[in-house]
Amino acid sequence: MEEFLSTFIRAIFIDNMIFAYYLGMCSFFAISKNVKTSLGLGLTIVFILGVTVPINYLLEKYVLVEGALVWLDESFADTDLSFLSLILFITVIASFVQLAEMVIERFLPSLYASLGIFLPLLAVNCAILGGSLFMQQRAFPNIGTATVYGLGCGIGWLLAILGMAAISEKITYSNIPKPLRGLGIAFVITGLMGLGFMCFSGLKI
Amino acid sequence: MSNLRILLNGIIKENPIFVLLLGMCPTLGTTTSAINGLAMGVATTFVIICSNFTISALKNLIPDQVRIPGYIVIIATFVTMLQLCMQAFLPSLYASLGIFIPLIVVNCIVLGRAESFAAKNKLIPSIFDGIGVGLGFTFALTLLGALRELLGTGKLLNFKVMPEEYGSLIFVLAPGAFIALGYLIAIVNKVKNIKA
Repeated sequence: MEEFLSTFIRAIFIDNMIFAYYLGMCSFFAISKNVKTSLGLGLTIVFILGVTVPINYLLEKYVLVEGALVWLDESFADTDLSFLSLILFITVIASFVQLAEMVIERFLPSLYASLGIFLPLLAVNCAILGGSLFMQQRAFPNIGTATVYGLGCGIGWLLAILGMAAISEKITYSNIPKPLRGLGIAFVITGLMGLGFMCFSGLKI
Repeated sequence: MSNLRILLNGIIKENPIFVLLLGMCPTLGTTTSAINGLAMGVATTFVIICSNFTISALKNLIPDQVRIPGYIVIIATFVTMLQLCMQAFLPSLYASLGIFIPLIVVNCIVLGRAESFAAKNKLIPSIFDGIGVGLGFTFALTLLGALRELLGTGKLLNFKVMPEEYGSLIFVLAPGAFIALGYLIAIVNKVKNIKA
């Protein structure tokens, strides 16, 4: 239980996808114009990360690593399929993005319209593939930890984009120097938010 | 459009980082020093050229409905090749770039060029487009890497250029990357406005 909690908190605050690893930047900067759309995108990402990380964990454990296929037949003890991991992971992610896209189109048409191209582009969102790759790197002991890690990554991303969207809504009224307008100031704000998040990096849990 | 024009287009007019703003994640993640930026740029260039070439050659064979998964599988294959080669021949560089090498698969520039150029053009122009965009990306990454290295540690390509006591770690860490790129984009905008 304690381990779940520490993985969860670490994934949200200390190893925040945006502020610590710069992952998922394209959609982060493009969508963070208003809070409502950001919430929709953020929740979609929480869902996709929460589902794909445990699935990829199972794939990694029972198909990809050396000797993982022993459950099928003893003669596979030397088989090492880990070179296929990238291709398998991205396929799983693309399928779930497609699923999420269909569900959102059917039940939340207004969100679907405002996300536009960025919904299918989630298939190539680095935050999502990054979640699975970090899971592979850290070799979590069981599927529970992997699920909690996936959800934590997603929630960290959601928090970051919500904060950014709230600031962007306010900043439309301020007088920013012309060359900095648009993406320039967005980057600087993200940097300052990242400075704030750095204070969590000293936490030992 | 001549091949040379296509090449220059990718480097200057459609520079992926400063103009199109694609592929931000590796840009921020790997530019802690000029060398790392350069290496990441070269690695991505290799993938763009190979995938542009393959996709342009296969464009009539891939059905339109499944083209995106098809492109991603082609790109993932080249990235896996690159990853295995780097692991074997350049282990220290591979370790310092870490997770960003496999993440080239989801770099928007690679898929963007496949979709917007290679899928519509012939073989030779597609290769030149790959080289041009790759060089533009490498140039931007090296510039940002050099800037962060200089501001953060006072070194340039590992040579000390600033006084001994200089050092501002924040530019090597994550928040500094955002701030440095933000101002770099502002400078590029300013220069563009003067020209116009």
